[in-house]
Amino acid sequence: MDSIISAASVIAAAVSVGLAAIGPGIGQGIASGSAVEAIARQPESETAIRGTLLLSLAFMEALTIYGLVVALSLLFANPFTS
Amino acid sequence: MYLFNLMNTSLLLSSGVEVGVHYYWDIGGISLHGQVFIVIWFICFFLFGLSFIGTAKLEKIPGGSQNFVEFLFEYTRDIAKDQIGESLYRPWVPFISTLFLFIFSCNWAGGLIPWKIIELPEGELAAPTNDINTTIALALLVSIFYFYGGFRKKGLGYFKRYISPTPILLPINILEDFTKPLSLSFRLFGNILADELTVTVLTILVPLIVPLPIMCLGLFASAVQAVIFSTLAAAYIAEAVEEH
Repeated sequence: MDSIISAASVIAAAVSVGLAAIGPGIGQGIASGSAVEAIARQPESETAIRGTLLLSLAFMEALTIYGLVVALSLLFANPFTS
Repeated sequence: MYLFNLMNTSLLLSSGVEVGVHYYWDIGGISLHGQVFIVIWFICFFLFGLSFIGTAKLEKIPGGSQNFVEFLFEYTRDIAKDQIGESLYRPWVPFISTLFLFIFSCNWAGGLIPWKIIELPEGELAAPTNDINTTIALALLVSIFYFYGGFRKKGLGYFKRYISPTPILLPINILEDFTKPLSLSFRLFGNILADELTVTVLTILVPLIVPLPIMCLGLFASAVQAVIFSTLAAAYIAEAVEEH
């Protein structure tokens, strides 16, 4: 296999996961911060807030996972090598 | 790929990272991923058994397995009810419940059952949802069902949804029908595969104790993914069948 292609694939995989983690990281921080604020203001609605928070965190995490899927397909099922 | 080989052939490793290695069955010229089918059949038997045992002797005051099955039913029914609404949710309960139970037990079967004991000629038994074909099949099933629900409810008036609120949004509305199954399948597939890969890599680095919290996190995340998949399926169906 071409060593340039494998080197480029490894770098691309690292960059794709790294970049994909930035946005959701910020988003999850904002969401969790707001949820803590909401719980502090209204402790009686904690269960509802926690449920919604977990659901939305999983949605944001999915965005990183898309980057991970790209990285994994570059590492293990690279279309450019064969 | 040399990185892959490096991880696989090193003598120190008790388990290698295996992605894209499958136990192929050739049936009628079609090659199937055998390891997925074996685990899926196991899960089907488990779920059938659970429902038979839970509903065999129905009593007024539930106890034991009937109690558990009723709890499961109420939980999945509430997923459908919260999204689709009180008046329309009833016919969709079986579909949403099946989706939830199947995905949930697929994910947890991969995490909880020590499949490594059973040796396959190639590949390994794991959660069926870490194969993209399984998740794409499930996501396309959701697509088919929400189209079916929309047509059943509104007939050809279903297409009005594509030009609402304005006809300018037509391309985006059409695109949405493709991005829905794509994101559904990739989300589930990526999460489960990521969990299993994290555990595998950690096991390679430190075989004892250290992977345990990550495994628990993986179980939690895969349960949340099952909830999300069924919630989203219900939400898409709700979008298709709701009245304006």
